[in-house]
Amino acid sequence: MGYPHKPHGRETTVLSKHFGNRDAITLDGWKKFGGYKALGAALEMSPGDIVTLIKDSGLRGRGGAGFPTGMKWSFMKPGDGKPHYLICNADESEPGTFKDREIMRWTPHALIEGCAIGSYAIGAETCYIYIRGEFTEPLERVEAALREARQAGIIGKNAMGSGKAINIWVHKGAGAYICGEETAMMNSLEGRRGNPRIKPPFPAVSGVFGQPTTINNVETLAAVPPIINQGANWYKKFSRSDNPKSTGTKLYSVCGNIQRPGNYEVPMGFPFKDFLYELCGGPPPGRKLKAIIPGGISVPIQTLAEAEASLMDYEGFVAQGSMLGSGGVIVVDDAQNLVRFIARAARFFAHESCAQCTQCREGTAWTTKIVERIAAGDGSIEDLDTLLSIADNMTGKTICVLSDSCATPVVSGINKFRADFEASIKKRTMHPVPAVA
Amino acid sequence: MNAQTSSVGHPTSGHEPVFVGDRRNELDDILTRYPTKMAALLPALWIVQDSRGWVSEAGMAEVAEALELTPAYVKGVVTFYTMYHQHPVGRHFIQVCTTSPCQICGAEEVRDAFLRHTSCEELGVTSEDGKFTVIEVECLGACGFATPVMINEQFIESVTPAKVPEILRGLK
Repeated sequence: MGYPHKPHGRETTVLSKHFGNRDAITLDGWKKFGGYKALGAALEMSPGDIVTLIKDSGLRGRGGAGFPTGMKWSFMKPGDGKPHYLICNADESEPGTFKDREIMRWTPHALIEGCAIGSYAIGAETCYIYIRGEFTEPLERVEAALREARQAGIIGKNAMGSGKAINIWVHKGAGAYICGEETAMMNSLEGRRGNPRIKPPFPAVSGVFGQPTTINNVETLAAVPPIINQGANWYKKFSRSDNPKSTGTKLYSVCGNIQRPGNYEVPMGFPFKDFLYELCGGPPPGRKLKAIIPGGISVPIQTLAEAEASLMDYEGFVAQGSMLGSGGVIVVDDAQNLVRFIARAARFFAHESCAQCTQCREGTAWTTKIVERIAAGDGSIEDLDTLLSIADNMTGKTICVLSDSCATPVVSGINKFRADFEASIKKRTMHPVPAVA
Repeated sequence: MNAQTSSVGHPTSGHEPVFVGDRRNELDDILTRYPTKMAALLPALWIVQDSRGWVSEAGMAEVAEALELTPAYVKGVVTFYTMYHQHPVGRHFIQVCTTSPCQICGAEEVRDAFLRHTSCEELGVTSEDGKFTVIEVECLGACGFATPVMINEQFIESVTPAKVPEILRGLK
């Protein structure tokens, strides 16, 4: 639901049904809402059948990349004699995104249930939930829920009496956006600096501690129990008739210049225009929407026309010049200077670069300097070409995509909102040239 | 360098060990969760910071010994992560999110209000009475509740400049 607002009639609440309801936080409360029924059912199934069911549901990764979850799980080979690991990515730090936070705050057992089913399906006896260090309340609630689940024998050496060991531990991050990148997260878990690793080898072959590993986002794992309970066909229904590639419901965190910021859950293919104006209430009084980032700050900025024509799913946003990403919707109104906004985004990436790759280390820093210079009214028109050239050198050339992510708002900003940049540049103080006598 | 100064300069001299009693048990318990000792590095550093308020060189050396790592390695990891304090900070460590989504909702004014009302001269510099340190932090992951502010372990949503004096009065 539109937490912290009342649910809107056009939402479809599967994951967010209990947001804001304190009863859902505890094990007793969660059981009243049907909690751990899915885990019980899953433990009666074979791991292979669970993987097939998740494949059939069409569930795709909700962290940003949209990789099919069932296929990711199928890369793991239970019974190969190696220890397997599941990592739940709860490092949510993509600017604009705050959905996993609410899942962990209000329904920690939903996440634990998803983690337990995922662990069983991929043959992992150990699952780590990597939660960013700044999430003090989600950390407390997930830890408390894990203690309850352990005490009740739901997880542990003999999960729900199944004879299977499913141990789940919280690993607390310590402040690093890059640790949300899956290979950086594995390094961080191992007690290293959070530098991303070169792929291949992919995590399913050699992941954390050199063993087969699967990494799934919080929202992805929380979607697993409802799919087990209600079936793949039920989940597939949440899609548009002409696009079977995106299924299910999706949580969107909405922030920026919007009347009702918060979390909303809608089925795949929902019209973005209705979403922005009806569900979220549109721009603040007297303002107009100007630019929209639909999937966290790493995806291309949309013009208002692109946003209003978008259907909210993986393919729908791509068709309108952007990406679904993490579902972090950032709304910018016509009172904002987009150059300042982009300068601050660039500064974010410069701060968060792990500095392994030259293109990223240098590129994020120089991009920041130049965009800030333009924002301060000291830029030149040539700076725009310089920025695009730097961006080109930052894209597709590094170990991970942080570098690309920094280039994205700059390139889409210059291409789609060039007038904002030119207006900032024209403000530059011109030194009068003395007339030649 | 004479013997005396080298002894004074040793990172562990005068260091009260962190990993004793309950904290040692806590670390031992954490070690059972991972196949390597090194994996307990981030949790061990959190224990040090929670008990001392920051992670000193001596603290790093103690962690290194407990996990069979070198102090240099531990320092390399500490310096990667922004949440480990490598020097003492004010009693109230105030982190204001100013990343783009919060920036367009007025986060910079909130940051300035904290600086003004705490008498901190600049970001990252602790006030003279040792009470406050104010920093800008990158995305706290609560963008719909702009501006989120963290004061030590306390997470406060929807902070505006007008609310700052009251928030500060509520701090012990």
